[in-house]
Amino acid sequence: MKDVKLRRFHSAAWDEPLIMEMGTKGERGIIPPQAAKEVKEKLGAAMDLLPENMRRQKDIDLPEVSQYHVLQHYLRLSQMTMGMDLGADIGEGTCTMKYSPKMHDQVVNSSKFADLHPMQPEETLQGILEIVYGLEQYLKQISGMTKFTFQPGGGSHATYTNACLMRKYHEARGELGQRDEVITTIFSHPCDGATPATAGFKVITLMPDENGYPDLEALKSIVSERTAGIMFTNPEDTGIFNPKVAEYVKVVHDAGGLCFYDQANANGIMGMARAFDAGFDACHFNLHKTFSSPHGCEGPAAGAYGVREELAKYLPVPTVEFDGTKYYLDYDRPESIGKVRSFFGNLQCVIRAYAWIRSMGAEGIKTAAQISVLNNNYLDKLLLSIHGVSRPYAEGKRRLEQARYSLAKVKEDTGVGTVEIRNRLSDFGVQGYWMSHHPWIVPEPFTPEPCETYSKEDLDYWAAAMAQCVKEAYEDPEFVMNAPHAMGNTKILDDSIVTDPDRWACTYRAYKKKRAKK
Amino acid sequence: MAEKTFVHPYIPNSAPNVKAEMMKAVGIEDLEELYSVIPEHLRFRGKLDLPEPMMAEYELRRHLEEILAKNVICKDYLSFLGGGCWQHYVPAVVDEIVNRAEFVTAYCGGTYADLGKFQARFEFYSMMAEMLDVDAVSEPIYDWGAAAGLSIRMASRLTGKNEVLIPKNISPERLAQIRTLCQPEIMPNSIKITLVNADPKTGGMDMEDLKAKLSDKIAAVYFEVPSYFGTVEKNAATVSELAKSVGAQSVVGVDPISLGVIAPPASYGADIICGDLQSIGMHMLCGGGQSGFIAFRDEPAYLSECPLAIYTIAETAVEGQYAYAEVLPERTSYEARDKAKDWVGTASGLWTIGAAVYMALMGPQGMKEVGETILYNSNYAKQLLGEIHGVKVLFDTTFKEFVVNFDGTGKTVAEINKALENHKIFGGLDLSKDFPWLGNSALYCVTEVHMKKDIDRLASALKEVLK
Repeated sequence: MKDVKLRRFHSAAWDEPLIMEMGTKGERGIIPPQAAKEVKEKLGAAMDLLPENMRRQKDIDLPEVSQYHVLQHYLRLSQMTMGMDLGADIGEGTCTMKYSPKMHDQVVNSSKFADLHPMQPEETLQGILEIVYGLEQYLKQISGMTKFTFQPGGGSHATYTNACLMRKYHEARGELGQRDEVITTIFSHPCDGATPATAGFKVITLMPDENGYPDLEALKSIVSERTAGIMFTNPEDTGIFNPKVAEYVKVVHDAGGLCFYDQANANGIMGMARAFDAGFDACHFNLHKTFSSPHGCEGPAAGAYGVREELAKYLPVPTVEFDGTKYYLDYDRPESIGKVRSFFGNLQCVIRAYAWIRSMGAEGIKTAAQISVLNNNYLDKLLLSIHGVSRPYAEGKRRLEQARYSLAKVKEDTGVGTVEIRNRLSDFGVQGYWMSHHPWIVPEPFTPEPCETYSKEDLDYWAAAMAQCVKEAYEDPEFVMNAPHAMGNTKILDDSIVTDPDRWACTYRAYKKKRAKK
Repeated sequence: MAEKTFVHPYIPNSAPNVKAEMMKAVGIEDLEELYSVIPEHLRFRGKLDLPEPMMAEYELRRHLEEILAKNVICKDYLSFLGGGCWQHYVPAVVDEIVNRAEFVTAYCGGTYADLGKFQARFEFYSMMAEMLDVDAVSEPIYDWGAAAGLSIRMASRLTGKNEVLIPKNISPERLAQIRTLCQPEIMPNSIKITLVNADPKTGGMDMEDLKAKLSDKIAAVYFEVPSYFGTVEKNAATVSELAKSVGAQSVVGVDPISLGVIAPPASYGADIICGDLQSIGMHMLCGGGQSGFIAFRDEPAYLSECPLAIYTIAETAVEGQYAYAEVLPERTSYEARDKAKDWVGTASGLWTIGAAVYMALMGPQGMKEVGETILYNSNYAKQLLGEIHGVKVLFDTTFKEFVVNFDGTGKTVAEINKALENHKIFGGLDLSKDFPWLGNSALYCVTEVHMKKDIDRLASALKEVLK
């Protein structure tokens, strides 16, 4: 491995109190607008305008802190947050932590978008509707699908929308009572099982065969007249592309089910392969992953959900249409599943995705995909050269944009597992990695995804930091077990608190009560 | 001549030299080799029909700005639109913090590496708990409708029953979302929705109809304070009591900006509380500022049925130092997949930080004052509008929003709103289609951003329009 000088990093450590512990009685952070004097005189006491039994009796026990100190407090908290802009987030596989251009943020924050009300008359929303319509056209190209909705407020919400659509489709055909099973795979995102279950389906989860692919023979044996559909990813979390995916689709179609392609992360294959061409009926893209909208501490987000022609009539209302002159909203869709989110979803993500695609063009999108896969294959070489790191399944097959590795040997040799290595890794100034969705089929897992944002230097650095963590595990396991050492705080004393109702405290007031009892 | 290479500012390794070096390291001569795992019949060999890229950031910015300039915004016009997305003042410090790159770009990073995010989030739960007067608040979900639907599903699991009562003074959009989550009756985990009449005089719950529809089959009574019509349910405590008397949960939706003046839901018997954070620190963003929350008593039964992540404060080896950890993680879909309590996923996390900063700035006095200003301004508008010939304000005690009936004017709401646009005013939301029993009515929203002169302008424009 290349000789890399690791940073002597230390996070800001402000020892910042909780906001509830700050300030003094009577301090003010801001004065809200007051009603005009004449209005007050005309109406009398404000509280008298409410029913007597519905008036708040006691002031809310909120902190009382001056504006400067509120600002300073949250600035300090932001400094103790690595995020992605500061700490190269190569490790968070399945999340596509790509650079989100600052110019897009500025446009989204501008009054021309921020001060729009979603129920304004259509003719006053022409600009934003043009962008919504435009992005839909681009995603149709990238997926091959016929129509999209941007209403889902996240990736899992898009898979839920799909489950609702499957329900509607079978209901319309009079088969819903019979078709009550949805199939997913264990290496797909957990929401591909959880959301159809929420929508009322029984869920069958396919396990991998010896090569890491979902078992095709097992699929053939479980499809039946009860199959409503399948919901899965490709490549799965392992980064392994399933070359027989069209056969899976055919098996489910032959049984009368629908096929949904979870493309939350499509970063490695956009422009290279399309959901439609593999026979899928529906797919979704996370605009906050593949299409550059920032992740924002887990949202606001958008799951762009697209379907084939035959399913378009079931999409949530309203859809955005164009009559050649003006854009308009179509609520008159009697077969629609209805609403999954209020208004139109998170259009700030739509603007950013639109802008990103316009900055890329067809060639740029292909380049982003290719470089993300090149980056992953380059990192793969480096990681597999670290003693104790392995990459189970599909030996000799290239991974696409991400890969799942195992630190099982390190754990076996040293007692240090993936949780501790993750905690230690951040000490080198990079964001902690994503381990794996549950269950951990791959033992002691970690799943990096070095998307096109990252330079060769970033990748060399990340691998060197990993190598250092593993080296330390062998040389001084205790040190790694007690990580982190360069963060704003130190290791949690007792993890069992999370299952103990007498000690967990989800709010400060609960904390005070429970500590007082102790 | 070398092959034309796309070197993009967002893609460092698209630069030819470094790309060549990396390709050599992975043992390929053509990037195509990386895709050898995808069989030819699945490859897309066409060219995506996308516009040519705008390579210069300036060019793209101009393009975006020119499109967005076609919008008319609620600063160009005077707006009285509400109905779930509201115009409130967002303090500058809130914008400063929610636009910090660290918060904007953080995701599911470690609780140590992203310590500040977790502390800010814990402060949000804590301040929200004070507003609502409960001890447990969950991570956010997409919006109020999603929070209401998931709260009702929680109540159904808690009680083992599957019927919910909802009064007809609810937003049609929110009800549609709840219907989606409660799903068709044919599904095994469906929840039957029965609508309770709204009292035509007060706009609140029709108590007789509620009593008639309550039974031991009911899992929850869901109602809102304020309701979609802005009415403040004076029978809230009785509704909760009645719900409990048949073993049902009282599930209450609230608009948090009302809580400085309106009683906290726990005080009138709410078991599960939900609502939307947009009013406390988020811009309207054409509906992109929504963020649903769910809160409840700190009892294992409630925490165990909540689908959303919940975090606890914890201690470290260093005296006085805090850390954060997820409570009962095995119940969420990240761990339990299809056996989970519904699902959890990326939703609206950044807005909890916006709400935290908002509540910290406002403090007890600010929350009370903003509530009072909204009461004053909206009641002033009610008086003024009610004085216009043919115009009638329908319900008495309201907060922020109120229903205005135009039956006596001989004009439809659509006609009136169209005419108001000529005065650069967005009139209230047209209710006539969704609530035919309210006649020709509109929902007006007046907040702390509306100054007296704005309300006066609305009244005189309406007079002009209705001449």
